[in-house]
Amino acid sequence: MSSRGAQSWSQRAVLAAPYLWLVVFFLVPFAIVFKLSLSQTAVAQPPYVPLLDLGAGFAGLVDFLRGLGVETYVLLFSDTLYLHAYFKSLIVALVSTAILLLIGFPMAYGMARAPRRLQPLLVMLVVLPFWTSFLIRVYAWINILQRDGLLNSALLQLRIIDTPVAWLASDTAIFIGVVYSYLPFMVLPLYARLEQLDRSLLEAAADLGTPPWKTFWLVTVPLALPGVAAGVLLSFIPIVGEFVIPDLLGGSDSQMIGQVLWVEFFANKDWPVAAAIATVLLAVLVIPILLYERAQRRALEQR
Amino acid sequence: MLRGMSTFNVVAVAFGLAFLYLPILILVVYSFNHSQLVTVWGGWSLRWYRELLHDEAMLSSVWISLRVAALSATVATVLGTLAAAALTRFGRFRGRLLFSGMIYAPLVMPEVITGLALLLLFVALDADRGFWTVTIAHTTLTMCFVTIVVQSRLIGFDRSLEEAAWDLGCAPWKAFLVVTLPLIAPAVAAGWLLAFALSLDDLVIASFTSGPGATTLPLRIYSQVRLGVKPEINAICTILIAVVALATVALSLAAKRSALRGDPAAQG
Repeated sequence: MSSRGAQSWSQRAVLAAPYLWLVVFFLVPFAIVFKLSLSQTAVAQPPYVPLLDLGAGFAGLVDFLRGLGVETYVLLFSDTLYLHAYFKSLIVALVSTAILLLIGFPMAYGMARAPRRLQPLLVMLVVLPFWTSFLIRVYAWINILQRDGLLNSALLQLRIIDTPVAWLASDTAIFIGVVYSYLPFMVLPLYARLEQLDRSLLEAAADLGTPPWKTFWLVTVPLALPGVAAGVLLSFIPIVGEFVIPDLLGGSDSQMIGQVLWVEFFANKDWPVAAAIATVLLAVLVIPILLYERAQRRALEQR
Repeated sequence: MLRGMSTFNVVAVAFGLAFLYLPILILVVYSFNHSQLVTVWGGWSLRWYRELLHDEAMLSSVWISLRVAALSATVATVLGTLAAAALTRFGRFRGRLLFSGMIYAPLVMPEVITGLALLLLFVALDADRGFWTVTIAHTTLTMCFVTIVVQSRLIGFDRSLEEAAWDLGCAPWKAFLVVTLPLIAPAVAAGWLLAFALSLDDLVIASFTSGPGATTLPLRIYSQVRLGVKPEINAICTILIAVVALATVALSLAAKRSALRGDPAAQG
């Protein structure tokens, strides 16, 4: 297969199936989301207007375009409920990503320094929870965090607290759930990077009399940065839109944006507002997503 | 044997692993609890596993989820392997940037966005929501994961074998099928298993794209969990964890064995 840009028919055939699939089921749906965010809610099936009537020809298209408007966006930016939810989601994602880095970096570093023959086992131990159901792992924390749950009974037994603490339905529970669920996403890219780190560089620094902590800051950390970037983006982006964790572990007083979208869609049946929320969320995340894509492309496609 | 590892490193790894495994361990232990109350230990018992066997709704959800996962993982593996071949072997082609963008974006895209977008597509197409729409949605999500897994394998691959086949007059597509595919088989299998596990696990996208009669297992578990913790849920979760753990261990043992046999495909 040539790499000179000339495409043979067999190359086109190989490419066509996944390409078309992604255009139809990934790209086109986003265009529909955007179109719907410009529509209005209606008591109808489907619950929005205007509908594009292709049978009416050009006049139908004009009618359709006249019906579009930015009302949903005006609503989104005038109601503090939505702005607050966006803000809270970004804060939760930022803080949890920082905690993930604090726990994940030492862990990945320790794994990379472990004896060679132990490393595959350690990697498997980190991957295994990632393969087990996300929902189950969040559910497991309900067992632990509820009022008469195991954390409270343990703390009461140890006489650290006198009365049960309401762990569940709080922001603390959200942070615990998020950090727990996303830890493998942070550790694995960091480990992959640290594991490739040339030990002779560290030895050279030591030979030149550099103290270990300084070597860590001047050699290890800069070389690990691509791994840090991958881990941070891989956690931060999905956490902003997280739904399951805040829904099951968080309180009802303030919601993250994923929950607001869910409620607008499933409970309020306000599809245009849900679509507008998704569009703005995507706009907020487009820069991190592009950075992630570039990092991924570099990691996988450079020769 | 832990030579070269400072106390700090050992503690960091041990703490991380304990954090990852303790909640799962507690869940598994409490699935064997006889007591109705999840927090009171009432002795060992298989009571909740027996009740699970009589829960028709839960069993039918398991069956639906297994079918969706098997079908979507298989289609995703075919599409994902083709995509990986294109990205690693075709060099620059027109639309490559868009293509790789569409491959990598779903990996981090918040699920609520993907789910909503797919649902609106199905509404626009006037498709009845149910088994097929969930399967298509899962295929779209998981094929990207398969691509990444197979792609990393194809990069570390000795291309001289392929080139030797071409020199001997083998057509490129035939060389791929006869030479490359058997060598990357472990990665393709790992991709399929990952796709299967992801589909079995998905709640958010299934919530948007599923319909009446296609309540997958996570949808069923979620609706029960919202009503409170039930020991029966612990039991079904334990079974799921056991199945996934066994599959993962079996796969890695198989990969290790083929590496010992000197099979170049299993060497990274």
